[in-house]
Amino acid sequence: MPMKEIVCKLLVIGAGPGGYICAIRAGQLGVDTVIVEAVKAGGTCLNIGCIPSKALIHAAEEFERVIHMAGARSPLGISVEAPKLDLAQTVVWKDGIVGRLNSGVLGLLRKAKVKIVHGKATFRDGKTVEVETETGTQVIRAETVVIATGSEPVELPSLPFGGPVISSTEALSLKAVPKKLIVVGGGYIGLELGTAFAKLGAQVTVVEATPQILPQYDAELVRPVAKRLGELGIHVLTGVKAKGLSDEGLALLIETANGEEQRLPADKILVTVGRKPRTEGWGLEELDLDRAGRFLRIDERCRTSMRGVHAIGDITGEPMLAHRAMTQGEMVAEIVAGKKRVWDKRCIPAVCFTDPEIVTAGFSPDEARAQGFEIRVGLFPFTANGRAMTMLSEDGFVRVVARADTNLVLGVQAVGAGVSELSSAFALAIEMGARLEDIAATIHAHPTRSEGFQEAALKALGHALHI
Amino acid sequence: MGEFTIKMPDVGEGVAEAELVEWHVKPGDPVREDMVLAAVMTDKATVEIPSPVTGTVLWLGAEIGDTVAVKAPLVRIEVAGEGGELTATAMPETVTIETVEEQAPVTKVESPPPPESKKAVKAAPVARVEVQTPAEKPIASPAVRLRAQESGIDLRQVAGTGPAGRITHDDLDQFLTRGTPSIMPAGLAKKTAVEEIKVTGLRRRISEKMVLSTSRIPHITYVEEIDVTDLEDLRATMNGSRKPNQTKLTILPFLMRALVKTVAEQPGVNATFDDDAGIITRHGAVHIGIATQTPAGLTVPVVRHAEARGIWDCAAELIRLAEAARTGSALREELSGSTITITSLGAMGGIATTPIINHPEVAIVGVNKIMTRPVWDGSQFIPRKIMNLSSSFDHRVVDGWDAATFVQRIKTLLETPALIFIES
Repeated sequence: MPMKEIVCKLLVIGAGPGGYICAIRAGQLGVDTVIVEAVKAGGTCLNIGCIPSKALIHAAEEFERVIHMAGARSPLGISVEAPKLDLAQTVVWKDGIVGRLNSGVLGLLRKAKVKIVHGKATFRDGKTVEVETETGTQVIRAETVVIATGSEPVELPSLPFGGPVISSTEALSLKAVPKKLIVVGGGYIGLELGTAFAKLGAQVTVVEATPQILPQYDAELVRPVAKRLGELGIHVLTGVKAKGLSDEGLALLIETANGEEQRLPADKILVTVGRKPRTEGWGLEELDLDRAGRFLRIDERCRTSMRGVHAIGDITGEPMLAHRAMTQGEMVAEIVAGKKRVWDKRCIPAVCFTDPEIVTAGFSPDEARAQGFEIRVGLFPFTANGRAMTMLSEDGFVRVVARADTNLVLGVQAVGAGVSELSSAFALAIEMGARLEDIAATIHAHPTRSEGFQEAALKALGHALHI
Repeated sequence: MGEFTIKMPDVGEGVAEAELVEWHVKPGDPVREDMVLAAVMTDKATVEIPSPVTGTVLWLGAEIGDTVAVKAPLVRIEVAGEGGELTATAMPETVTIETVEEQAPVTKVESPPPPESKKAVKAAPVARVEVQTPAEKPIASPAVRLRAQESGIDLRQVAGTGPAGRITHDDLDQFLTRGTPSIMPAGLAKKTAVEEIKVTGLRRRISEKMVLSTSRIPHITYVEEIDVTDLEDLRATMNGSRKPNQTKLTILPFLMRALVKTVAEQPGVNATFDDDAGIITRHGAVHIGIATQTPAGLTVPVVRHAEARGIWDCAAELIRLAEAARTGSALREELSGSTITITSLGAMGGIATTPIINHPEVAIVGVNKIMTRPVWDGSQFIPRKIMNLSSSFDHRVVDGWDAATFVQRIKTLLETPALIFIES
């Protein structure tokens, strides 16, 4: 017995950060909205990405801190006896957070009067999808469709997932800390998780094919992270190719830069070589939408090449970040509700939750120069920041990039403990069109790391106070 | 990816350089084949330079007002795919193209300098407005941008008064209420802005020409009153029989024919004086320059061989040339080679003018406004149509007596217009 067709104004496919925000905002605006999710509300971010990884990273940081106190004489005068870790309990705690957020998202969707359909959606045509639900096939017709199917980890042909080879998803649910962990791919996901497992007690080796870890950042920003990886005993091998598993499956075969083959013993091999847009398995072929490389091509209103079909989030390109997807989702909902909106953001801040953290917003010095700007740069090190000293972590800095002629802030970067929270200040400065003088003339509370932002602006203006 | 260098074309007639008068593109702009990249100006003609390729502008080789030598690099364009594929077919005859492959060793030599710095208009002490170039994103807070979107306003059109040219809510309010960028509050206010305009192109030519004429030629200007009542009657009669789509006569064709008659008797006035060589050239042909106002400035199209044209022909040619000059489509030959010039401000003509001679000519005749004035005919005042002629002569080669004789002869012809048409 076929289920009754659902007809709605807006259909959102995928309830990740982009999709659920789009649906909530559309619901708030009175748009008759249906959202389809194949797995769990919250998408990669909430279930197997941002949130659980941060939970694990936090647990690892706490554990490392007490281990550190137990191992040597703590300058703080604290001593701890033989700390122990129960990773299974950590994972239960983490799953609890994820569960709370899952139900929170569903609650918000319901509150916005969005109809939720669980199941896998497949396009029949540009206005119609079929959803395989537990109770049968549900056909949904919509005036407007938003594709928000997200992305998934890239698999290496030589190292298919399975057995000891795991993706970030499995790494977040391990019941025990592997003794020897090899991380293939020195990007931000690999380093975040590799660092966490090293702090939890694993022997970690990072294998990166390019000459530098975190290749999207400049060397100045990466240096404090590389230093800390060394302190944590993480081996970093750059310019090295992963060739495959050894026959017995207990080691990774690699080829070094000078062509030598080596064997790295491993209990688990975590492959984090990037993410790819999820463009297969839901009938995209039926729509024949224009592509931009691997991604769907969109315009400044997130419209695809087909009328009435929008796309948001990771499927639309880099940077594949939850907050970009959310902002796109909000914008598309408002467009569907008849408002005039266009993507006019000046920056998408990005955070790398390594130890120490890296934050970027806007242009780096090199990017600004490549754009043709004459710039001035101000860098303030945390070694000269009181709060950093009191937290026993003085590595890192805040760096401001501004136009040389008008002092308009073009970009802000920082590396250091806890600097992720400064991302809002950086992004706000850029979106508001702040000049160096605006930041320099704003009172920044003492003693905080945020003073580094003000001092970096003063430095760029030529009169830093604390260096 | 390949790279094209477009060089200053040979604009003909032995011209070795041309002045860049207009850029239609800037670095970073996409260009299609045949899109106009720039305009250059030689002695008199303006030549547009089309793009022979489709691609992206990398570099501009000159600033507006610069004089660029023929064959000097003018624009570099990055093109998709192999640069060499496009050369042959896309190349207009006049444009020289060089293909430079990105990987080729010559790239080092030919490669463009780093992209031109986006030099923001610095806040001059006198003006607080910083006009933003369209390529850059306008500086405005997210709330201002949202309001602009909802109001359908392109913020690039709004002048920002804030620091670094930031557009404030007030700037947007001003724009919304007035529809135009404005920084001044309502009511009376001091205006301290100054605007610097670079003298380029036609304006520069005019400037140079005027300086040449006034610095070299000692002018004598002679103003005489002409009674054109009969001429105007004749003109009205002649025009009255014309159909609406036919050419009508103004006063100028009569003056042109009168000039032809007069210079036949006084060839010294229809002459050019090469003062460097010390040679006066008297011309058999009467090529009459007509000073014409165009949107870009003063130009002088030339009615050639007025001696061989009837009055209707003169009238038609005059209209055609004036139109060509105004639309910028006049040919180089149509803008040079005059032997004597007429200047007329028409209804704006004033009482008298002091015309400046079109060097190297030796005479210019200026037409002033026709006004009905009371004239004493010996027993009573009668209304007559009176027009002044203000004529200047090169006093080095035309004596006052000759100047007066010349003007008096024209006066006679115009006051008794039948004489213009009588074969001598």
